Amino acid sequence: MTKFNAWNVIKNGLNGQSYWTRQWRDPEPKNSYDVVIIGGGLHGLATAYYLAKNHNIKNVAVLEKGWIGGGNAGRNTTIVRSNYMMPGNHEFYEHSLKLWENLSHELNYNVMFSQRAHVSLFHSPGAKDSVSRIYNIMRLHGTDAELWDLKTLKKKIPHLNYHNSRFPILGAAVQKRAGNARHDAVAWGYARAADTLGVDILQNCEVTGFTRKNGNIESIQTSRGIIKGKKIGFAVAGNTSVLWQMAELGNLPIESHKLQAFVSEAVKPLLDQVVVYGVGGAHFYISQSDKGSMVFGGDLDWYKSYAQRGNLPMVQDVAEAAMAIFPSLGRIRLLRHWAGVMDMTMDGSFFICKTPISNLYLNAGWNYGGFKASPASGWYFADLIANENPHNYVQNHNLERFEKGINIDERGAGPDPKLHG
Amino acid sequence: MIRINCPYCGERDHSEFSYGGDATINYPSLDASEKEWTEAIFFRKNIKGFQFETWHHSNGCRMWLVVERSTVTHEIKSVKPCHPDLQKVVENNK
Repeated sequence: MTKFNAWNVIKNGLNGQSYWTRQWRDPEPKNSYDVVIIGGGLHGLATAYYLAKNHNIKNVAVLEKGWIGGGNAGRNTTIVRSNYMMPGNHEFYEHSLKLWENLSHELNYNVMFSQRAHVSLFHSPGAKDSVSRIYNIMRLHGTDAELWDLKTLKKKIPHLNYHNSRFPILGAAVQKRAGNARHDAVAWGYARAADTLGVDILQNCEVTGFTRKNGNIESIQTSRGIIKGKKIGFAVAGNTSVLWQMAELGNLPIESHKLQAFVSEAVKPLLDQVVVYGVGGAHFYISQSDKGSMVFGGDLDWYKSYAQRGNLPMVQDVAEAAMAIFPSLGRIRLLRHWAGVMDMTMDGSFFICKTPISNLYLNAGWNYGGFKASPASGWYFADLIANENPHNYVQNHNLERFEKGINIDERGAGPDPKLHG
Repeated sequence: MIRINCPYCGERDHSEFSYGGDATINYPSLDASEKEWTEAIFFRKNIKGFQFETWHHSNGCRMWLVVERSTVTHEIKSVKPCHPDLQKVVENNK
């Protein structure tokens, strides 16, 4: 693999770009691996990378039923932030943000991480108090967080709708280190870096069944033959329950819901931050991509679904929210909208844990927030697989937490998966 | 748009309704173990395919319904009132 650096860019520029090698191999599956990760999304690829990098476990395969980056990795709004308050969550997401800050260097791949600030608007004194509590907890744990008053906000983002008499903007809770990254580049960067360390990335390799022996999973039946793995990790958010039942493990505290996102035609530079508007029934988040498109999203479609396509009532809801907060978007045209299938969990937090099968490990339940989590998710999932012992940050992110009554419910919404937005 | 044929009101857009959830949960007795209650409250089959689920006609007759719907294609096979006695009343009035 040719490294990306100034010398190689110049050399190839003078040689008709003919000396670049392919970014990752397309190997035939081996008979067996030390670790098999099922799911070639951001979490699976990151896990494989950190297994090789941090734990020197290089005989690793990543199985992907389609092509890498073709699932939820390509179906998100690319927001990266760490504004969480629950123990376990805030340390985890803060570590993820720190990994993001160095990711382009780490992977030798420009993931275009842009720390442009995440601006969460508030519209009532109660909302201000509530968000102040969360952002103060963040500060106490060393995460950056600040409140912008109306004057600062108007200076920074002059074209919001400051004349909405029903939901007047009073200010915003801001995380300046938060921002966006380029989703494809993250998948490709992790794939390329993992491949360089010896990981086999097996695309078009769908898992169709498991063979059990002495309580363990001995081998995996796939569309590209039978593959053995000493240890197996699931990282297939959206379809976790399907795979879980294929392994005859019963039920999970997860429901699959679909979440839509939208991209508009490109316009000149308009918005330099990620803006979040959530009030009443509305939930809306927007940023501008490097190409100039407005990238935005809202809530789930509100009913359980495995379909990767959105329904129209939510398109209308999101458009209404856009007009309420950003009236200047009124005549912008939508280019595309799509839906991804989310693992919505019973308390809105994820799982990185062991399972009833001793050589099977679970990475699932990312709700709305899988994109930003991917570096830390890979980091701690690799750590769990390599060391058999969950790190402190994820020690309660397991399937037993519900029975023990230690739910990690950021919103306090209770056991209804669709409410954990 | 999904069209749900409400037994009381007729066929309407799904945006008139609110999704409830799995309609097949059997809640255990009050003195059942914590394990059983955890299973009933927090754990789901999360079926990919046809499932029975509850919907509330929240912007209509405000009745709860049991809908058999595919979670892949969104095709609906049947819609019935949640309460079996109400189902009888609906059938007798046909």
